[in-house]
Amino acid sequence: MILFYSFAVIAVVASLLVIAQRNPIYSVLLLIASFGALSGLYVLLDAPFVAVIQIIVYAGAIMVLFLFVVMLLNAPHEETEYDEHTQMLRRSGAMRFGGFLAVVLVMELVWALSKGGQTGRFAGASVSSVALIGRALFTDYAFQFEVTSVLILVAMVGAVVLARRTS
Amino acid sequence: MKGDARCRPNGAPGTRWRPTNAMTPFLAAQIVLTLFVFVMLLNSAAIMVYVERKVAALLQQRLGPYLVGPKGMLQPLADVIKLMFKEELRPKAADAFLFALAPIISATCAFAAFAVVPFGGSTTLFGLLKEPLRLQVADVNVAILVVFAIASMSVYGIVLAGWSSNSKYSLLGGLRSSAQMISYELSYGLALASVLLVGNSLSITDLVNRQAGAWLHVLPRWFVFVQPLGFLIFLTAGIAETNRAPFDFPEAEQELVAGYHTEYSSMSFAMFFLAEYINMVTVSAVATDLFLGGWQGPFLSESIGWIWFLLKVAALLFFYVWMRWTLPRYRYDQLMRFGWKVLLPLAVVNLLATAAGVLYFQ
Repeated sequence: MILFYSFAVIAVVASLLVIAQRNPIYSVLLLIASFGALSGLYVLLDAPFVAVIQIIVYAGAIMVLFLFVVMLLNAPHEETEYDEHTQMLRRSGAMRFGGFLAVVLVMELVWALSKGGQTGRFAGASVSSVALIGRALFTDYAFQFEVTSVLILVAMVGAVVLARRTS
Repeated sequence: MKGDARCRPNGAPGTRWRPTNAMTPFLAAQIVLTLFVFVMLLNSAAIMVYVERKVAALLQQRLGPYLVGPKGMLQPLADVIKLMFKEELRPKAADAFLFALAPIISATCAFAAFAVVPFGGSTTLFGLLKEPLRLQVADVNVAILVVFAIASMSVYGIVLAGWSSNSKYSLLGGLRSSAQMISYELSYGLALASVLLVGNSLSITDLVNRQAGAWLHVLPRWFVFVQPLGFLIFLTAGIAETNRAPFDFPEAEQELVAGYHTEYSSMSFAMFFLAEYINMVTVSAVATDLFLGGWQGPFLSESIGWIWFLLKVAALLFFYVWMRWTLPRYRYDQLMRFGWKVLLPLAVVNLLATAAGVLYFQ
């Protein structure tokens, strides 16, 4: 229980600090800390495989690319003073859209929390065993799995097309 | 950790911490074992520094260190004392927090990876303990993936060191290193995957136990004979992962002064140095466990099999040092081309061939 609460507190506080940071590098690092805490929670749920995959895929692979991009974009500090142009931009669309998304998120959270107690069951397979996860992925969820693969392939092709020099 | 009984032979201790009222002898032994591994890793780094300098000297027809202690054997100690008493410098424009954090991440990842690497069979310490103790800090049933996960986390130490130093050379070194490690991680992971296809387990202890015995009483059942290509890919990617020559781009002296640790001095530099050597030891230990049969070997019983383990790791470490002082550094574009266009396709083909072979022979 102590472990659960410490991991949970780390995850929540780190996630909150991600959006409170002025320096994007720190945001990335806090997100990694949050992922690490989540992976601790997975271990507590007796799902070491999921925990390790969380570290490899999210904390290891994806966040390294994030860090890479943030460092290469050379944007160490967020602009705090907006000039007239960005002010206009903020008022016109982006801010309304952001506000709308925030309201939707809060509604979703309220809806999810009001359903508290009825925790969903993992369909059939236990998540603790690699063999069972693999079997579930390639039998019950084969269609979803393949669709995801195609989606990722499309994204890859799209990235290559966008990045290709047109000369 | 329950459920998959196949990955947990003879009721091995799980990774979950269970509170007990008293300190059981087993728990005490576990703590002692952890400390022992920690100290031994520190020692191995010191020994490797000495070996590296001596072998380099031999290859270049020099004497190497010979003044401090018998045959210069206390040279690492002198180095450590020198490093400890040096001044800790920090560039004015550096990001203070990350600058201090980066070497800590590097060293922590280096030590943490060894926690799941078994280095011997069960032993009762010549009858001292009632139940046999496994020579492994934590027996996790996804141990291979843990090694891989920690390897992928150790990139952060280098990247953050490069970025937070706020120096051109450091930044270039850090960026190069992250590109290199991401590229070679793929081949590294695929080589691991082909081994676990052959061994049909994610637990390193299981994999080592599957390599017991010999074919026709002559050839040991090591996975290196089943997976020769996988072994070569693993070794190559391992050298790139540990940033050793001929793949030591993050610290290519001629181009980048010292790469990501240009601005570091004193103990924070020592931590990067330590991390590099401990990573070498860990990669060699993992390669020994996965490909060279771990502690399995003729003449020695299981309780003293760790002697075989040490010998094999020492041979691999010598190979590492030998490579460093024999091969010149690649050019950076050659390194990336080799990683993506040669090593990765080879690893994919190897994985597919292994999967087909496993299906065919089972």
